[in-house]
Amino acid sequence: MEFGGRRALRRKRIQAEASYSSGLQFYKEPPTGNVSLTEFDEMAFERLKVLRAVERLNLSGYIKNSEEWITKLYEEFAKNKFFIILAEKNTKSNTDEVQKARRQDHVSHFILRLAYCRTEELRRWFITHETDLFKARFLQATRIGSDIRNFLAINNLHYTSITAEEKQSERENLLASSMNVTGDTMEGMTFYKVPFIDALELVRQRKVFLKQGYAYVPETDLATLVTSSFRSKLSHDMTTTCRALPELDSDERLVNLLHDFDQRYTGKDYSSKKHGDTCRITPDMIDTLANKSFPPCMRQLNDTLRTTHHLKYNGRVIYGLFLKAAGLNLEDALFFWRSHFLKNMDVDTFDKRYSYGIRYNYGKEGKKTDFSPYGCIKIIMGNIAPGDVHGCPFKHSDVAILRQRLVAYKVSNQVIDEIMELVNKRHYQIACQRYWESIHGVPIDAGINHPNQFFEESQKFLNGGVQPSQGKKQSEVKTTPTFMYSSQSSTQSSTQSSTQPSTQPATQPSGGNTMTVSEEIDMYFDDDIEAAMLEQCME
Amino acid sequence: MPPSEGYECDMFPDYVAMYYKRIFPYNQYFRWLSYGQDLKQCFQKREFCFTLADDVYVRFLSFKDQEDMEAEIKKRCPHKIDIGAIYNFRPKDHKTVTVFSPRSKELVFDIDMTDYDEIRICCSGAEICNKCWKYMTIAVKVLDLALRQDYGFKHILWVYSGRRGIHCWVCDASARMLSQAARSAVAEYLQVVKGGDDTNKKVTLPFKLHPSIKRAETIAKKYFTEVVLEDQDMLGTPERWKKFLKHIPDQGLQDTLDKLMPQCSNSSQRWNIIQSEVTKAINKGDKKSLKKNLLTEIILQYTYPRLDINVTKGLNHLLKSPFSIHPKTGRVCVCFNPQKADEFNPMNVPLVSQLLDEINAYDGEKSENMEEYKKTSMKECMVLFDSFLASLARENNVQKAEENDKRLEF
Repeated sequence: MEFGGRRALRRKRIQAEASYSSGLQFYKEPPTGNVSLTEFDEMAFERLKVLRAVERLNLSGYIKNSEEWITKLYEEFAKNKFFIILAEKNTKSNTDEVQKARRQDHVSHFILRLAYCRTEELRRWFITHETDLFKARFLQATRIGSDIRNFLAINNLHYTSITAEEKQSERENLLASSMNVTGDTMEGMTFYKVPFIDALELVRQRKVFLKQGYAYVPETDLATLVTSSFRSKLSHDMTTTCRALPELDSDERLVNLLHDFDQRYTGKDYSSKKHGDTCRITPDMIDTLANKSFPPCMRQLNDTLRTTHHLKYNGRVIYGLFLKAAGLNLEDALFFWRSHFLKNMDVDTFDKRYSYGIRYNYGKEGKKTDFSPYGCIKIIMGNIAPGDVHGCPFKHSDVAILRQRLVAYKVSNQVIDEIMELVNKRHYQIACQRYWESIHGVPIDAGINHPNQFFEESQKFLNGGVQPSQGKKQSEVKTTPTFMYSSQSSTQSSTQSSTQPSTQPATQPSGGNTMTVSEEIDMYFDDDIEAAMLEQCME
Repeated sequence: MPPSEGYECDMFPDYVAMYYKRIFPYNQYFRWLSYGQDLKQCFQKREFCFTLADDVYVRFLSFKDQEDMEAEIKKRCPHKIDIGAIYNFRPKDHKTVTVFSPRSKELVFDIDMTDYDEIRICCSGAEICNKCWKYMTIAVKVLDLALRQDYGFKHILWVYSGRRGIHCWVCDASARMLSQAARSAVAEYLQVVKGGDDTNKKVTLPFKLHPSIKRAETIAKKYFTEVVLEDQDMLGTPERWKKFLKHIPDQGLQDTLDKLMPQCSNSSQRWNIIQSEVTKAINKGDKKSLKKNLLTEIILQYTYPRLDINVTKGLNHLLKSPFSIHPKTGRVCVCFNPQKADEFNPMNVPLVSQLLDEINAYDGEKSENMEEYKKTSMKECMVLFDSFLASLARENNVQKAEENDKRLEF
C-alpha cells in the first residue's frame, strides 16, 4: 500500500502507518503511531470479546480445531461484526477498511498484552486464548485457500520439506506415525523436517515420526508447528512485557484503563484465607468429613492413608494442599500426618523425611510459597504411575473398580449407571457433580471444578441447610469432555451466551457462571506444558 | 536385597571415608562434568547435594574446580552425592541473587524395580534377583534404542543405581539444553505404561502403531516367553491368570478364556490359547471393545520400561551421582554398557568392602604407582567410562570451536 500522496489518510484518527500484507499476524513488533484513549479502550474491549468467544466455544462441546468448531467461531465473529472478519478479507477487495481492521488486530493485541502480563494466571489465560485464536485463524486461512506461504515467508517461518527419496524410504514410518496421513493422501503431501523441539505437541502425543532428533511433520499438521512457534514467542514476550511494567505504570491514563481490565478477573483459587473464611478443621474430624463431604479423589487418598498409613509423594502433596485449604492448620497437619506415618516408622524418620515437605506446602520452608491446592483439571491431567492413588477416580480408575467404590459409598444403582455413562463420555467433572448430588440428595447448579469447592458446597449445605446454588437446571448447556473452572466471572452481560440465565448476579457464591475459564496457578508445570495439556484435554 | 557378603552396613561410614580417599575417580568425574568448557560457565554453576550422616541434606553446594571438589568430598565423606542442574549463578551464592534458576542439565531417566512389583513373583520392594533383573535389561534396550534412533542422542551413560534400578544420563549438549517443556514431551513420548493401582489396563494404543512402539514390541517379544511366562510365570496360577485376563476389555471373552486356562499345563500354553482366541475374536469384529492392538498392549504392559517421569521432567531435579555407594547394599553405582545389557549382573557389582580388600591384596603383592581403582574390579567400569569421556570430548571440542567461531563473527 503506497503512502506517497495520501496526505488525507494521515489526518484520520487511526493511521495505517505500516501496511499489513496478510490477514494473519505473528505480532512480532509493537505498533507505531497514535491511538486515542477512546480507541484504545474500544479496541481492547472488542478483542477481549473475541477471546471470550473463543473461551466459550472451548466449553461448548465441539472438538477444538475441528471444522465445526471453526465454523461456529467464525459465525460468532460475523454475528458481532468483529474486526477479524474484515482483517482476513482478501486484499484484492477493500483496502482501507481491511488495513484498518488489520491495524486494529495489531494494536489491540498489544494493548491486551499490557493488561494481561501482570500475573502468571493472567498471562496463562491470555496466552492460551490468543494461541487458540491464532490456530483457528490459521486453520481457517488454510481451509479457504488463503496465501499461507506469504504469511510464513514474511515471518521467517521456513520449514524444510523432505525430498521425494526420503519420503519413499520412510514411507511406512510416516504412514504409521501421523494420524491424517493415509496411503492415498501420501502421494501429494508435503512433509516438513523440523528439529523435534519445534514440534513438542506432536512429540508429546507420539503423533509424529522422529528420526535422529528431527520430526517429520505432514502438512496437515503444519498448523501445530506454526502455533507452537506462536505460543512460545508470545510466552517469551509476555515475560519481557511484565518486566517493563514499572515504566508503563508511570502513565496514569494507562494505569486506569489497564487496571480496569485486571479487576474483571477475580475469582476463587483457594490460595489464601480471606476474611470471613472461618472454616477450620482438625485431625479428629477428617475421617468423618471424608465420608460426608470429600470428593472421591480426596476420599480415596484418605482411605489409602487410613489403611496403609502411607501415601506417595504426589498423593501427599495433593491431599495435603486440599486439607490446608479446607482449614487444617500447620500444627494440626503435622499431627495428622505423623499419626498415620508413625505406624510405619519412628518419630525421627518422620521428622527427617516428611515434616519438611509438610511445612514446605504451608509456605514455611524453601521458597516460602503458599501453594494453592490442585483443581480438577490439574488432577485429571496429572500423571499416574504404578502405585499411585492420587488421580481423579472418574478418569483414572478402571470402570469396574469405580463402580465398586460407588456402591461402597452407597450411591444408588440408577445414579451409578448415570455416572458411568458420563465417565464413558469423558465428562469426569459432571460425573463428580452427579456424585455430589447423589450423596446430598439435592441438585447442585454449579459444575464441580475444584475439590475444595466440592467440600465447601457440601459443608455449606450440611451445616446451613442452605440449598446449593439453585437456578434453572442447565439442561441446555452442552456438556463438554472436561469442564474448566473459571476465575473470570464475566460482568459483561451483553456478551453472555444464551445458555446462562442472564439474571445471575455476579457475586454467585459458588462461582455458578459456567462459561468462563481459568487456569490454576501451577507451580509444577511451565506455561507451554500446561497450555499443551489443556489443549489435549479439549481434543 | 539382603546385605551382601563381606559388607556390613554399620561399617558404611568407614568404608565411605576410605572410598573417597582412595578410590573415587575424581579425574574422570571432573572431566565429565566440566564438559571441556570454561569452568566459570559450566562446572562452577553446577549444583551438588551431599547427604551426610543422619540424613542431613546439604543442597546448593558448588565447587571452584576439581581440587576444591575433591577436598570437600574427602573432608565431608558424604553418604550420598546427588547431582543437580547448572544454574545461572553459583549455587553456593544462591541466596544473594533474586532470580536463581536452572539453565541446563543432562536429560535423565530413572527406572525402579518396585514399579514392577505387580508383574514379578520372585521378589518385591527393594529386593532384586537375576530373574526380575531381566526387566531392566529390556528397559535398557528399548530406551537406549529410542534415544539414539528417534532423538539422535549419542552420549548416553547407563548407571546401576546401587540397589534396585538403573539411571540413564543423556549428556549430549543438545540434551543438556532442553527446556522443561521439551523434557516433559520426551518423557511422555517414551512413557507407555500409565496408571496407578486403580488402573488395571495400563497400556492403550491407537489404531496405528507408531514406529517406536513397533520397535519396542519387537524387542519385548524376544524376552516375553522367558521372562513373563517362564521366570515370572504370570499365567501359572488361577489368581494370576484371572488378573491377566482382566486386561481383555470384554467380559464374555474373559470368561471363555478363564474356562480354558485349567486345560493347559503351563503359562506358555495358556498364552498361546489367549493369543489365538483374542485374534479370532478381533477378526470376527463383532465386539467393539476388542481393538486391533490388544495383544501388543498386553505384551507391553508386561515388558515396556516403567519410567518415573517426574525425574525426567524436572530441570532442577537431583539425581544420585554415578560412582556413589549405596548405604544398604554397599554396591558402587557403576556404569555399564547398554550393548551388553544381557550380561550385566547386579549381583556382581563391586562392593565397597571388596574394593578395599582388593587394593590391599594388590599392594601386598606388588607396589605400583597407579590410580587405586585400577587395582580393583572397578577397572572395567572405568574403561567404559573412559571411552564415554573420549567420545564426549570430541563433541565438546566441536562445540568449543563453534562457540569460538561465533565470538569471532561480528
